[in-house]
Amino acid sequence: MNLPTTIASTLLYLDGVSVSFDGFRAINNLSLTLDVGEMRAIIGPNGAGKTTMMDIITGKTRADEGEVFFDHGRVDLSTHDEADIATLGIGRKFQKPTVFESHTVEDNILLAMKGKRSAFASLFHRSSTEETKEITRILETVRLAGKRSALAANLSHGQKQWLEIGMLLAQDPKLLLVDEPVAGMTDAETEETARLLKHIAEDHSVIVVEHDMHFVRELGVKVTCLHEGSVLAEGPLEHVSADPRVIEVYLGR
Amino acid sequence: MRALKIIVFVLLSCFASVSLAWSGEAEIRASIAQLATAKGFPEIEKIVKDLAALGDPLVNPALTALADGNLQVRKSDNAIFITRDGGAGVALIDPVTGEDAGEAAKADVVKIKVNNGLRRIIRDSLGNLTLQSPDTATRLQAAQTIFRNSDASQLVALDAAISSEKISAVKTQMELARASAILNSDRGDDEKIAAITLIKERGGRDALSLLTATEAKTNGLVKDQAGAAVASIERSLAFWATGQNVWYGLSLGSVLLLAAIGLAITFGVMGVINMAHGEMVMLGAYTTFVTQDIIRDSFPGLFDWSLLIALPLAFLVAAIVGVIIERGIIRHLYGRPLETLLATWGVSLILQQGVRSIFGPTNQEVGNPSWMSGSFQIGELDITWNRLWIIVFSLIVFFVLLVALNRTPLGLQMRAVTQNRRMASAMGIRTPFVDSMTFALGSGIAGIAGVALSQIDNVSPNLGQSYIIDSFMVVVFGGVGNLWGTLVGALSLGILNKFLEPFAGAVLGKILVLILIILFIQKRPRGLFALKGRAVEA
Amino acid sequence: MILTRFFMGGFDRRITILIVLLLLLALLVPMLHLLMPPTSFFHVPTFMVALLGKYLTYALLALSLDLVWGYCGILSLGHGAFFALGGYAMGMYLMRQIGSRGSYGNAELPDFMVFLNWKELPWFWYGFDSFAFAMLMVMLVPGLLAFVFGWFAFRSRVTGVYLSIITQAMTYALMLAFFRNNMGFGGNNGLTDFKDILGFNVQAPETRMALFAASAVALCLGILVTSALVNSKYGKLMIGVRDSESRLRFLGYRPESIKLVAFTVSAVMAGVAGALYVPQVGIINPGEFEPGNSIEVVIWTAVGGRGTIVGPVIGALLVNAGKSWFTGVLPEFWLFALGGLFVFVTLFMPKGVVGVWASFKTRWRAKPPAEISQPAEAQT
Repeated sequence: MNLPTTIASTLLYLDGVSVSFDGFRAINNLSLTLDVGEMRAIIGPNGAGKTTMMDIITGKTRADEGEVFFDHGRVDLSTHDEADIATLGIGRKFQKPTVFESHTVEDNILLAMKGKRSAFASLFHRSSTEETKEITRILETVRLAGKRSALAANLSHGQKQWLEIGMLLAQDPKLLLVDEPVAGMTDAETEETARLLKHIAEDHSVIVVEHDMHFVRELGVKVTCLHEGSVLAEGPLEHVSADPRVIEVYLGR
Repeated sequence: MRALKIIVFVLLSCFASVSLAWSGEAEIRASIAQLATAKGFPEIEKIVKDLAALGDPLVNPALTALADGNLQVRKSDNAIFITRDGGAGVALIDPVTGEDAGEAAKADVVKIKVNNGLRRIIRDSLGNLTLQSPDTATRLQAAQTIFRNSDASQLVALDAAISSEKISAVKTQMELARASAILNSDRGDDEKIAAITLIKERGGRDALSLLTATEAKTNGLVKDQAGAAVASIERSLAFWATGQNVWYGLSLGSVLLLAAIGLAITFGVMGVINMAHGEMVMLGAYTTFVTQDIIRDSFPGLFDWSLLIALPLAFLVAAIVGVIIERGIIRHLYGRPLETLLATWGVSLILQQGVRSIFGPTNQEVGNPSWMSGSFQIGELDITWNRLWIIVFSLIVFFVLLVALNRTPLGLQMRAVTQNRRMASAMGIRTPFVDSMTFALGSGIAGIAGVALSQIDNVSPNLGQSYIIDSFMVVVFGGVGNLWGTLVGALSLGILNKFLEPFAGAVLGKILVLILIILFIQKRPRGLFALKGRAVEA
Repeated sequence: MILTRFFMGGFDRRITILIVLLLLLALLVPMLHLLMPPTSFFHVPTFMVALLGKYLTYALLALSLDLVWGYCGILSLGHGAFFALGGYAMGMYLMRQIGSRGSYGNAELPDFMVFLNWKELPWFWYGFDSFAFAMLMVMLVPGLLAFVFGWFAFRSRVTGVYLSIITQAMTYALMLAFFRNNMGFGGNNGLTDFKDILGFNVQAPETRMALFAASAVALCLGILVTSALVNSKYGKLMIGVRDSESRLRFLGYRPESIKLVAFTVSAVMAGVAGALYVPQVGIINPGEFEPGNSIEVVIWTAVGGRGTIVGPVIGALLVNAGKSWFTGVLPEFWLFALGGLFVFVTLFMPKGVVGVWASFKTRWRAKPPAEISQPAEAQT
């Protein structure tokens, strides 16, 4: 393949992506690249297309036009569905915490664990000691070791967010998409989550969508501001937050 | 009444005298008289043909009476009369003038015997000889009779009649009759081909059978021409048959539209399937029945208005029951659509059994007002008034609803809740109230659908059940959140059903439609007119 | 080896008790019927055995529905179709066993085909002379239909009420088809007047007892399979599908294949239930496909408690016992009662009898130490 060097060096490559719903352009000629091992924060007002962008990356929505490549331009994401993309190595945390409420915390992690995904494999699955150890390790990372056999439905809102992040870790993806991880969290929980994400970013690429500017500052990473479906500004937080257009549409004076 | 009779009598007498002057009465009498001494059917046949050849309508009564076995001979003087049974003996009527000629004992007269072959000859002759009748309708009918029988012996009479005919419609019919007769005669090929062309232009089933027969018994050029004409008529008949199918399909579609539209609204706004929707239709039909019953007993003059009176009543009855179901059950199951489905199924069982207990399990008789009965023809299309009115009615309901949803505050709120319930609620729309009103509206429309259905279907406790699955299919096919989807869904399913029926039979057609829908939702899981965007899935 | 391990995963205390009880029943009822004199208090009359046998097949049907509805969240309103298809496969075998003893004495063709003036056996009747082939079809036909139907429906992500409606349409379509005479399944009248099964007279008390015992054993097997399924990792995935299909998909699973396995297994179970039902009631006709029947199965499961294994068994027995009693005493009120049951259970007993029992037990247990203990949630 004769790909431009820029694609080959990226984990995620979006070029000229557009999508519209019934005439409304949710994403408009969006281009964005993410390097391997990079953590990126995405900000932008409501309706800027942040969640739709994640939908396109994870295969939930198809782009009307434009290119979406993953893994050094080796994979064209527009030809894969959600399950494929997940196994390719993209994990996603939803805006609203989405866990299996009738399962225990342990079982939630178990289902997320990297491994065979077919229905038949699951019929004859036996849990191994390595698996149990790995679950323990992940639960400790997401501060839920004490809740191992609690039902997910009985966790607090913040704990559900962490459980979902834990499930992403169990998946061991190359890229984590994290949508508003600190929405509805206390300040203490927010700081804890920032620490957690920074820890995860040590050996994963991460995209975080967040409104909480305090939290974004805490992360201390490159920031992209979206507006009306395309990139308005990109760079270090100080640079972006000083941009008059960003102040105009998003931060306010 | 008496005055009327006199007027009629006077008019008839005038008629009689006019025609009397117009042809030789004596000649007719002489021929009829021969019947008294005729021996055997061949002789009678000859006399009948002679009479017919006179081409005088005056022979009609005698020939009609002969065919009916009412022409009798008085034994005493061999005089011939038309007889009519009356009291002890028979009343005698003059065979030519139709005047009263006294009475006779039954034993004094003898019937002139006819057989079926003779009767057919008489009937045909009657057709032919009335070609010259002063009555337009009679002439027209005569021409049509000859056309159907292709009686070559009438060619001369036809030529005469055509040359003297003034009314063009009758003349056309006579020319067709002549063409038909020519096909059956030994005339030359040129004339026959001209005849075929003429008949081909007329078209219709009669022309088809006539030309098919011609094709079978001729050779050469005529045969080819007849064959071509048959094919052409078959094409045009197929076209009309398609039209008739479209019509049946539209009719079924309009019924489906009425039954499904309320379902689509409640499903769209509240996301729940009301399994008791069919029973709302049933309640509407029973409301019509009760209304008609009361009107028949107390205000028979209002019967033609009964459906218009039943409409608002049916709407109210169904809407009230709907509100009770919404407040009593559905509200408490919010966010659990599958449970709602089960609970409303329970309600449907209760409503069915309730109606069965009150009215009994049998079909109830609901009458058609005069403006709903009968039918008319357009070309080869047969259109019944009740189906036509139901199509009109369903379209009215559809457009009224469309306007209501797009132009009223409640409609706006309903659309808002359909698209994004949480956002609508956050904007201050009282979603519980909207739910109640939506359910009342959906149920009410089912009620008036029941009024319409009572005109074309049996009103029984099972009425609703027979439409509910088809209505679901319309909703699944058309999608929710847009009334146009329901309209297109209902009409296309109706037409599809009727087009599959001739090939596959009614039952297999229905099964095919179900399979097609299952395949269709592979492509568009949310129906034809689906809402798009992020808020849809959640 | 792997299979025994699979089945052993299904055992727990409750399941073991249920299975032991059922096996006892399978022994006891026939013994009481055959050994006790008719005058004895302990004698179980023939009609009662037939009735109980019918209930057991219903219980298996309810259990099969529970597998997809209770665990996978797919509300099938068409499970009666799988039951009826299994029943028809069995009915076809029984028809072939009549041989020349039919009213027309035709050894080649069943009575209804002679009546319709058919000259030879349609191809789809071939092989039904063999019991083994018929039993294969009992499982294969419903399983295949469920597989094909599910493959289309789940792949296009038809879920929730949409799916329920489509399954209802499926059984409705089958009902219309089986009502047709030229389908070759006896039309309106269905298949009946059976004589022998495996050479034994279907009417004989010993055969009835054997069929009863077979139903009990089949139910036990169904319980074992279900239990093993739901206790495996696959079972956790099923519940995952029920709780959050999209989460599962973004974890890389394909919910459609998880659902398809459950739907197919469940249809096979329903087919077996139908096959055992037919010789005990002596007839199978298109009425079994009626959408109303399938919805009734849903209420059995709901009454007992969905998402449990004991629940649907209890529910099917309770509701049908109620039905038998009602239709005997107050026939007009049965539909009122059934309708009311639908409403009552969905509104007030969403977890069914089993759920009520469980909450009753926890309350009863929690009572004595109530003075010292605080609600468990207080720590969070």
